[in-house]
Amino acid sequence: MKKWSLGRAFVPVASIIVLIYLLLPIVNVIIFSFNEKRGRNNIKWNGFTLDNWQNICGAPEVCTAFSNSIIVGVVSTVVATVLGTLIAIALVRYRFRFRSTISLLLFTPMATPEVVLGAGLAYQFLTMGVEKGLGTIILAHIMFCISYVVVVVKARVASLDPAIEEAGRDLYASPGQVFFRITLPTLMPGIIGAALLSFALSFDDFIITNFNSGAVSTFPKFIYTAAAKGVPAQANVLASIVFVGALLLVIIVQVVRINNQKRLASK
Amino acid sequence: MAFTAFAANTEVVEQAPKKGRWIVLLLLAPGIMYMLLFFVTPFIQLIITSLQVPAEGQGIGDYVAALQFTNYWAAIQEYWPQILRSFVYALIGTVVGLLISYPLAYLIGVRVRSKPMLQGILLILVIAPFFISFLLRTLSWKQILPTEWMGTDFSVVFGLVYNFIPFMVLPIFASLQSLDMRLLEAGSDLYASPATVFRKVTLPLSMPGVVSGTLLSFIPMSGDYVNASRQFLGSIDTAMVGNVIESNFLQTQNYPLAASLSIVLMVVILVLIIAYVRRSGTEDLL
Repeated sequence: MKKWSLGRAFVPVASIIVLIYLLLPIVNVIIFSFNEKRGRNNIKWNGFTLDNWQNICGAPEVCTAFSNSIIVGVVSTVVATVLGTLIAIALVRYRFRFRSTISLLLFTPMATPEVVLGAGLAYQFLTMGVEKGLGTIILAHIMFCISYVVVVVKARVASLDPAIEEAGRDLYASPGQVFFRITLPTLMPGIIGAALLSFALSFDDFIITNFNSGAVSTFPKFIYTAAAKGVPAQANVLASIVFVGALLLVIIVQVVRINNQKRLASK
Repeated sequence: MAFTAFAANTEVVEQAPKKGRWIVLLLLAPGIMYMLLFFVTPFIQLIITSLQVPAEGQGIGDYVAALQFTNYWAAIQEYWPQILRSFVYALIGTVVGLLISYPLAYLIGVRVRSKPMLQGILLILVIAPFFISFLLRTLSWKQILPTEWMGTDFSVVFGLVYNFIPFMVLPIFASLQSLDMRLLEAGSDLYASPATVFRKVTLPLSMPGVVSGTLLSFIPMSGDYVNASRQFLGSIDTAMVGNVIESNFLQTQNYPLAASLSIVLMVVILVLIIAYVRRSGTEDLL
């Protein structure tokens, strides 16, 4: 184990430096959520306070923007997950004409810069005379989330043994019963993973949102607009809450996963 | 979680092709219709807009259909510094990102493979940035770094590299994770130095991860306009093509110009990707 690794100390030392680079801004965001307010200034450290945490919606607009992001995230995740899962099942399970064309169609949005996706869609709404708002943001987010859902769920469908479904059919289950009692439950871990990814992407999207939001603000858009004058500390509070919540969720999932592995290994 | 998208080394069960046209149509129709309506049509719309000319009377944002191909030439002539800058930034950012991400991916995928707990913790640390607004994180660098560094080529590339580290680490990790250790042992048994083993065995076998990591970083980097904008890490001197597209679309409402720049950006990226993927010999990846 010792012989073939490149420069023993180099890898861990370099990794620690990169991890600090990666995590330092997160620490900074959390620290500044406790910054005392002086005018609009949340750029320099003024002193410790819990005011921002006690008065989360104290800054104008910040909670509206935040709840808009939640609405957009939830609606686009639900729609994108349903549509993407159906496509993923079709792509893995069935052979049909234009199969590779459809795969390409779903891959392309991931290989297109967001600014191009955002601008293209904005022209579309402009020429169709659709007024920009919460609805257009959701329509845009569903579009780019579908691709990611398909990728994640496809991997899960591909690892599934079709014999289990066949066994169900042999035991006289109707196609509907097979789907809802066998296929869907076995795909669930993939579908949940896809939904979480989709929500994270939607919740944090700025570029596509900026082109298609009109006067409506989402959380990232709020930060972008406020950046010139100084983002209120309440934005740091909300971001910190999301961060801690998501982190706890992931840690729980990981612990459960590792425990399951250990249990399986000991059997 | 997010990294399941990259770490999809799941066992593939051989599945017999099935017939059933109606079911396929039922499964595909809603999603594909959606993509045709909100992805393909907008793309065509973008091309149509890029060829438009100002309407008679010249109200702001009023354009009529035309086939003005010189729009492209005019856009490139006026904004070639920003176009060039975008690709130089993205190229440097991708290379630096690759160099600093590889050791971390190697640590997680190879060194600590036998310690699932530590591996899990390190993976969580890598995906942690996904859980907190990337705009706030980027803005943080403005507070952390010295003020006089702001608005320079350095600060923008610094921010770009920072934003895309997880997108580089995760695919490389996924490749290295599935690496067969016996191959490395065989290399050293045949008296190859650790450096040679790395160059001749580890690196080539991790190429699929390197290719997807570089693409996942390079494409969004070249279109990014957050890092380069003035209220973040940039200045007027660091404007990228994304900044020009944004200001021409949302402020000046010069739609044909913004559209033709979008198409130029897309075409250049496509050409670079095809050349890169050909060279790295991983065509089957796309």
